[in-house]
Amino acid sequence: MDTYVQGILILAGINLMAVLGLSLLTGFTGLFSFGHAGFMAIGGYTAATMTVKFHWPFIPALLMGGLMAALLSVFIGRLTLNLKGDYFCIATLGFGEATRLILDNVQYFGGARGWPGIPNYTTLTNVIFINIIGIIILANLIRSRHGRNMIAVREEELASQIVGINVFKYKMMSLMISASYAGIAGGLMAHYMTFLQPKMFSLIKSTELTIIVIFGGLGSISGSVLGAVVLTALPEVLRSFASWRLVVYGLAVIIIMISRPEGLMGGYEFTPSSMRKLFSRLKKKNITAEGGK
Amino acid sequence: MEILELKGATKCFGGLTAVGDVNFTVPKGTITGLIGPNGAGKTTIFNLITGVYKVTRGNILFDGKDIANKEPYLIADVGITRTFQNIRLFKKLSVYENILTACHNNAKYNVLDAVLRLPQYKREEKQLKEQAENLMEIMGLKDRRDLVANNLPYGLQRRLEIARALALNPRLLLLDEPAAGMNPDETDQLMHLIFEIRKKFNLSVLIIDHHMDLVMGICEKIMVLNFGCKLAEGTPSEIQNNTKVIEAYLGVEG
Repeated sequence: MDTYVQGILILAGINLMAVLGLSLLTGFTGLFSFGHAGFMAIGGYTAATMTVKFHWPFIPALLMGGLMAALLSVFIGRLTLNLKGDYFCIATLGFGEATRLILDNVQYFGGARGWPGIPNYTTLTNVIFINIIGIIILANLIRSRHGRNMIAVREEELASQIVGINVFKYKMMSLMISASYAGIAGGLMAHYMTFLQPKMFSLIKSTELTIIVIFGGLGSISGSVLGAVVLTALPEVLRSFASWRLVVYGLAVIIIMISRPEGLMGGYEFTPSSMRKLFSRLKKKNITAEGGK
Repeated sequence: MEILELKGATKCFGGLTAVGDVNFTVPKGTITGLIGPNGAGKTTIFNLITGVYKVTRGNILFDGKDIANKEPYLIADVGITRTFQNIRLFKKLSVYENILTACHNNAKYNVLDAVLRLPQYKREEKQLKEQAENLMEIMGLKDRRDLVANNLPYGLQRRLEIARALALNPRLLLLDEPAAGMNPDETDQLMHLIFEIRKKFNLSVLIIDHHMDLVMGICEKIMVLNFGCKLAEGTPSEIQNNTKVIEAYLGVEG
């Protein structure tokens, strides 16, 4: 495969990993976060430290990155998860920016100048492999009582408490899993770029992730997959527009959100059974249309 | 034997005493009514019992144990659940999903069991699904199984909320104006339903409602609340003949 296309797919895969985590938090638990780039940064810097300074193999280093992001999220969650709606969102925004600014000043990691010379371990194969595992874990979680409880928290917080759901615990669980996905995505990114710089994890990155989740459809894993691939590839496709391409990108997002406010998938999933249902409905429509003639 | 006992329960919002020093009991296995004019503090009492509000003073005993100021989800675990005056369903989920979600505490598998699809997950998930199907059958919601809760007719939304509450296997069910907005025919059906589920699930029930025919018809005991204080307590016939209650509802003659 063309290395250029391969590169775009790897980037889409890295974004997808972070988006999957954010999808659990935003799409299924109803908490908006504008600080997920912060968790990516933690995961990225941790994984790179493990491979560069301690010579760990790639996969354990990635998991360590995910774990560190999850641990930090517990700390952040304790402080902020009792905040309602928009306030939580603003707190995560602050966290993301604070992480970036702290990393800007840590000379051990190269500070604002960046950290070159990270080994290139991320390949298309292992990105796809990790994403498939990520999707399976997420899908299994969603279709269990734990996933249903998270959805209940999104739908109606007070009623969830009344049916015995520990709202704080499930928000925390969602945030932790979400942060570890972002951490792993950060590790993948570090070992693909072979270079880390705090600027890579700015607010723009967090916003991009949230846009992908909403664009794909809140509460839909297949929507997140579709969104990650489309929105990562779009700026590349538009490269011929040169400096206007981000304007076109923005317009494309706006147009889609106006015409389909519930996102591309709008809460639906691509599963074998949903496909069967769709086809049987289409068939029925055709038959009735023919019968009408 | 009392399943629920309020001992001097008081709730103040700043200078306003919404519920002042209320003492009353719900005998085990009975249907008890809680009535009073608007703003008397009936729903506040429900919020105190279910832990949505914290009590300012006093105790709430459930089966002899103090449950005042516990988190709502812990109170649900003990066996108390409720419905809401302004229906609070999981609006975008189907009837089946609403009930299935509420069944969650009858399974004990953890996140790892779920992610790896271990045998415990499969076994318990099957039980949950059976329980949800069973509840839909009892509550007559089976033919609306896949309908989104928000699209249900009003009467059925109330019914679904009761079904969801029953999924917890509660011992005490609090119904906040279950007949609000229902016509006499639906109210009648609801009365039968409450009778039936009490028998079938071995419940004690506490009802707030303004439909006097419903309250007088099914309650074995009634408490009347006015301006946050207890006005009277007794059997339906005692309440009907109580001059203080008549004054509170209709005013004084002359």
